[in-house]
Amino acid sequence: MTLASQPVSNIWADMPILSAKGISKKFETAEGPLIAVNNVSFDVAPGQFLSVIGPSGCGKSTLFNIIGGLTEAYDGTVTVAGETVRGPHPSIGMIFQEESTFPWRTVLDNVCFPLEISNTPKAQRVEKARHFISLVGLSGFEKRYPAELSGGMRQRVAMARTLASEPKILLMDEPFAALDEQTRLLLGDKVLQIQQQLQQTTLLITHNIAEAVQLSDRILVMSYRPGKVKRVVDIKLPRPRTSEIVTSAEFGMCVAQVWNDLREEATRGMQEAERLR
Amino acid sequence: MNAAAAMMLRSVPAAVGLALFLGLAGVAEILLRFGVLNRFVVPPPSDIAASFGRLFAEEHLLTRFLATSQECLYAMVLLAIIGVAAGTALQQMPLLRRACETWIASLASAPIVLMYPLFLVIFGRSNATIIVMGVIAGLPPVILKTVEGLSGTRKVLLDVGRSFSLTRRQMFLKIMLPAALPTIFVGLRLGLIFSLINIVGVEFLINFGGLGQLINDLAERYDLPGMYATIVFVILVSVLFFLATERLERWVGRA
Repeated sequence: MTLASQPVSNIWADMPILSAKGISKKFETAEGPLIAVNNVSFDVAPGQFLSVIGPSGCGKSTLFNIIGGLTEAYDGTVTVAGETVRGPHPSIGMIFQEESTFPWRTVLDNVCFPLEISNTPKAQRVEKARHFISLVGLSGFEKRYPAELSGGMRQRVAMARTLASEPKILLMDEPFAALDEQTRLLLGDKVLQIQQQLQQTTLLITHNIAEAVQLSDRILVMSYRPGKVKRVVDIKLPRPRTSEIVTSAEFGMCVAQVWNDLREEATRGMQEAERLR
Repeated sequence: MNAAAAMMLRSVPAAVGLALFLGLAGVAEILLRFGVLNRFVVPPPSDIAASFGRLFAEEHLLTRFLATSQECLYAMVLLAIIGVAAGTALQQMPLLRRACETWIASLASAPIVLMYPLFLVIFGRSNATIIVMGVIAGLPPVILKTVEGLSGTRKVLLDVGRSFSLTRRQMFLKIMLPAALPTIFVGLRLGLIFSLINIVGVEFLINFGGLGQLINDLAERYDLPGMYATIVFVILVSVLFFLATERLERWVGRA
């Protein structure tokens, strides 16, 4: 058996680096209160890659904003290494779905940004930035401006910039959503390689099943409104992985399993959206 | 394509522009020579071109040009400092913004130049009057575009700043201001146009200073070719400052 579904508590739970407990968020809308996220709990162990997957409208981005500290009014607690977090935390590095590089800075200066904020000496700053630029495979583009790069390259600049702040936990919100499928697979390779090299604890928010399976140790499947954890799927595909794994039978089984859980939710989401039209 | 050919290709638009200008001047010349237009109202372009030598020698055109340019430079510095500061204050204080934005916008269309007697009383018949009136006329677009640029900072860039725990000051200096810079410079260029119009207008009205005073003199002497030639130099000031702001924008953007 290459994968198993089980409740939230398991072997990782003894020493989580990131822990979310009973997270709920309600929005007031014109049609009355809307529960975006309902009582979501999970733990992420050091070095683990966890994905949160769900249909549009399951509160994924809300969860991203809560864990990243950008949303302040919510119920429940988020703890990083046992410390309760309110507001942005230096241990959490965020990568956004939207294009987020600074267009007025070169690639090098973009990646230097968090080091500038932390007052790292200039020489050290440049050295570190160059290291992370080469890690995302953009060596030679240091002096270019974002406008001169492709969408995939810009997203890698944003990734290097966040990695340069050396966060304990990397938090990504559909970072490849705007990219084409092939670029997405190849960038997935890059993420796998980086994760392996840095042993980076990562939480990925996505709606792409293949991407989640390709990258994750564990996937949380969310239900459509209100967003709850429907099932936890452990992906036992061997590491180190590359995008070649998408051709294996085990990969197909994992995708099928996640899709089984997701199909019902996505259908419900679609019907709901059509009903409101 | 080799470098020489590329340079040739790049100079095509400028050449076409110049040809168009010369063509129009030629048409005006012909219409005037055949008496279709009255040459006591519009001087022939050839007369205008011929008057430059006389203006430089007898009317100190270069000194006048430099005087107006200098007033414009002071006005630009003040515009940038006061306009960006005021725009920032407005953007940071929503109440103040809602209270003032409309009347600042309406100020842009007010004929401020007609208030020159007031400024004459305050500052006397001096450069100060000219510069202050130029600044006041140019302020609205700088202020409004600063507000627009700062408010228009993309939310995701602010989120990046928040995720790195930037202070309010860092957020402003490192993200909002650089993001707003292109918009602010649009405002500054627009403001400078208003400033120049008012600077030359006040020079004309109070008969003091650079090109505006010379235009006044020449108009009173009914030296129409000289007057139009001087107006060409007013346009030259405008071009000069347009290029200067472009340079400045590139330089500030990198720093």
